[in-house]
Amino acid sequence: MSDELIWRIAGGSGDGIDSTSQNFAKALMRSGLDVFTHRHYPSRIRGGHTYVEIRAADHEVQSRGDGYNFLLSLGDSFARNPQEEAYYGNEEIKPLSENLDDLREGGIIVYDEGLVSEEDVEAIDLEARAEENDWHVFPMDLRGLAREHGREVMRNTAGVGVTAALLDMDLEHIEDLMSDAMGGDVLEANLEILHEAYDTVNEEYEFEHELRAPEGSHETEQALLSGSNAIAYGAIDAGCRFIAGYPMTPWTDVFTILAQNFPDMGGVSEQVEDEIAAAALALGASHAGAKAMSGSSGGGFALMSEPLGLAEMTETPLVLVESMRAGPSTGMPTKPEQGDLEFVLYTSQGDSSRVVFAPSSIEEAYEQTRLAFEIAWDYQLPAIVIYDQKLSGENKNVDVEFFDRQPKPDLGSTLTEDELAEAAHDASGKFKRFNYEDAENNVAPRSLPGQKDGRYLATGNEHSPVGHISEDPDNRVAQMTRRIEKLDSIREELDEERDSNQTYYGDETADYGIITWGSSHGAVNEAVERLNENGHSVKGVSVSDMMPFPEAEMTEFLESVDEAMVVEMNATAQFRGLIQKELGRYGEKMTSLLKYNGNPFEPAEIVEGYEVNVADEDRQPTAQVRIEPAAGD
Amino acid sequence: MSAFNAIGEEREIDRDEFTPGVEPQPTWCPGCGDFGVLKSLKQALPEVGKTPEEVLTVTGIGCSGKLNSYLDTYGFHTIHGRSLPVARAAKLANTDLEVIAAGGDGDGYGIGGNHFIHTARENHDMTYIVFNNEIFGLTKGQTSPTSPKGHKSKTQPSGSAKTPLRPLSLSLTAGASYVARTAAVNPNQAKEIIAEAIEHDGFAHVDFLTQCPTWNKDARQYVPYIDIQESDDYDHDVTDRREAAEMMHETEDVLNEGTVLTGRYYVDEDRPSYQEEKSAVGELPEQPLAERYFDEDAEWERSYDLLERHT
Ligand SMILES: Cc1ncc(C[n+]2csc(CCOP(=O)(O)OP(=O)(O)O)c2C)c(N)n1
Ligand code: SF4
Repeated sequence: MSDELIWRIAGGSGDGIDSTSQNFAKALMRSGLDVFTHRHYPSRIRGGHTYVEIRAADHEVQSRGDGYNFLLSLGDSFARNPQEEAYYGNEEIKPLSENLDDLREGGIIVYDEGLVSEEDVEAIDLEARAEENDWHVFPMDLRGLAREHGREVMRNTAGVGVTAALLDMDLEHIEDLMSDAMGGDVLEANLEILHEAYDTVNEEYEFEHELRAPEGSHETEQALLSGSNAIAYGAIDAGCRFIAGYPMTPWTDVFTILAQNFPDMGGVSEQVEDEIAAAALALGASHAGAKAMSGSSGGGFALMSEPLGLAEMTETPLVLVESMRAGPSTGMPTKPEQGDLEFVLYTSQGDSSRVVFAPSSIEEAYEQTRLAFEIAWDYQLPAIVIYDQKLSGENKNVDVEFFDRQPKPDLGSTLTEDELAEAAHDASGKFKRFNYEDAENNVAPRSLPGQKDGRYLATGNEHSPVGHISEDPDNRVAQMTRRIEKLDSIREELDEERDSNQTYYGDETADYGIITWGSSHGAVNEAVERLNENGHSVKGVSVSDMMPFPEAEMTEFLESVDEAMVVEMNATAQFRGLIQKELGRYGEKMTSLLKYNGNPFEPAEIVEGYEVNVADEDRQPTAQVRIEPAAGD
Repeated sequence: MSAFNAIGEEREIDRDEFTPGVEPQPTWCPGCGDFGVLKSLKQALPEVGKTPEEVLTVTGIGCSGKLNSYLDTYGFHTIHGRSLPVARAAKLANTDLEVIAAGGDGDGYGIGGNHFIHTARENHDMTYIVFNNEIFGLTKGQTSPTSPKGHKSKTQPSGSAKTPLRPLSLSLTAGASYVARTAAVNPNQAKEIIAEAIEHDGFAHVDFLTQCPTWNKDARQYVPYIDIQESDDYDHDVTDRREAAEMMHETEDVLNEGTVLTGRYYVDEDRPSYQEEKSAVGELPEQPLAERYFDEDAEWERSYDLLERHT
């Protein structure tokens, strides 16, 4: 039995890598292990090198880990381009050749002999490298096996069978999952292939490797969920029943999940002409009395800046999600980055009155999406959930009981007709929606079109208490101040009535701090654990509240350490800038560890960043990360 | 009990109910055609039996955008060009509302052109009134998408090289099921057309010719118009798409040369509205979505009903 398994399945996009890995991850979860998946894919629909990694252990796993120890290389079946001189030529070997750098010593390689030629394998020096690294190589004709018993696409199943045999796993969970997913001849053929592969390996190969599937058990039932699932489910439980969107990777996942579920839930989903329309629709639906959301990724979110500002000015509740990918512009469509923070915080004209949460894990994605809805409807402003391609696509097991809590489909500060009858009206009979005289917590409760006694005008211009355009200076100051000070009221509520959204780890008394936000959290958390095991004194905080900023909490954290390293996936240290701006100091205390090559942090990179930063100020880390010294250094 | 008691209320409705009791006074210039739209709406709404509180008027930005400041209904004065997506979502969220969107030619045919095409294509059940004064009014007289070729303005000093957009043909082609043109100078017809448009189930596009005496003194809207329904010279069948298209082409060719035809160009009572289409495929709930949030018996499915597929 081994401590952890990190299984990488590689092939071409469209080869079924995703569904196979989902199933295998589930099988591992059902066998009692904690799992975490990491998806790497090119911006290409078919062909191109893609892989999914599954990390499984008998303890909680929060990141992809460092490197991996099992490669199932399927060969890229879409590599053979029918157009002879296509520039990318023959890439069948790529799923094997491109993955070797990260394979740990003692690791296992299974590759599809049926797809790659002997010459190709020789050309990459596999034998020599295997010897050097103590890799155990198992070539198998997966394609042939699949063809013999079914169809060629079933070679994934053969690969899973081989994996199970080499890791000494039971086939039970895998068989169950297959029976759930398919039936008839297809199921039969797949089961046959699975067993054939499993038996062949057991009968014909000698196992000299030490890697075995870890063993574990769960006390409660687990569910395998992605960040997109969690956000979509958080919205459902918050009572959201209207979504409008326009496809853009990676936000499309959330959009799709809700679009597929809403018809059965009495909800409405709309795919519209562009993102301006998408956010405007969500706004219109919210104005008319539905809990509504929209979202996009960087480029699409840029278009939403107009309706976002309109929501702020008209105090219309709205939730937008922004799934970051590497920018600027169309950037790298399938690669994560945390580069849109400043954009999301400040986009749109004027001073913003919006809330921004940045969940850092699957669980937080669910909770903070619900919270975003609650705050948006209680305080009548837009709330944004910002996350990235990494969190969006990664899967992790979550205790099912985690979700066992009451949904909240109420409309927050929205008055009933009885309440409206009692509310303040002006001489014309209009409801004073934007009343600032006796606003509690700066909130302007609203009416909905169609309610008696509720008529008012929602307008994107500055307006009087009933909503008419007004440039009266006193009114302007009163309305503006009230809108902006809603953030103070929200901060107070977050500080006093709720558990903190920030996650702390490590030893409270440590004198070195690591600060991060969003999806980098898992890797940072693991790095902090490792550093402490190695005798350092380090603690970490992962911050979720971007606006309003948790000033008191962060001041306390920064006061308690001598030095801190801010870890984020962008090139310009946006989050560190935010901390400095919000707290007005500590610039000299914070160094940044930045990564922006399209791949998320691995724990070892953070460990190295710490070592370089603390021990050797002149050296840059060896990995593809950059250290940006503290202000004034 | 409904949460929206103002909807469907049956009573005599006085035209004055739509006039705000106090402020604001219209800031439109004297002689502005926009007054005509306001007036015809105030006349049409009581006629079709709508109460001020069940009507939501959604406007864009421009002189036209101020319409709902002077009309006492529920209102949403949005941003330049975006009234349609806001309006159609309000209707989807509460299908019982009477939703009317309005804006200018710059607002609706220029910056909001994409939304215009798609709202017509989908045939949303709503009314859209475009104040077509062939000019940008509020920003002080720049050339608009409907300004005639050769139109000189401060931003096109040598005269516009662009052929004007054909709004009627455009919405017909895109899929609107009611297309009409009326003019502020023809108040009786305007009232009738607006009332019809409101009652129509589907996207009713009314290109409303308004004059802008301040910036567009040459505009042709002043010339006598011909009501195509009243004239014996034009006996076209409004339910015939082809005939409607031909009529539109003819008038859109000559609009700037002195002949103004107004009236109904196309009326398709058979085409289901988007709301009906969406219900038919099971994607629009029977009970208006907004009602559900006030319905104590409403069943709220939870995400954990979906969790099974993840275990
Ligand atoms: C995004 C954006 N761009 C430009 C403007 C400035 N703007 C205000 S009104 C207007 C033109 C209005 O013209 P039209 O729609 O024809 O309406 P009219 O004033 O003639 O009624 C423009 C360009 C704006 N408010 N927002
Ligand atoms: S500028 Fe033209 S459109 Fe605007 S109010 Fe004056 S006359 Fe009317």
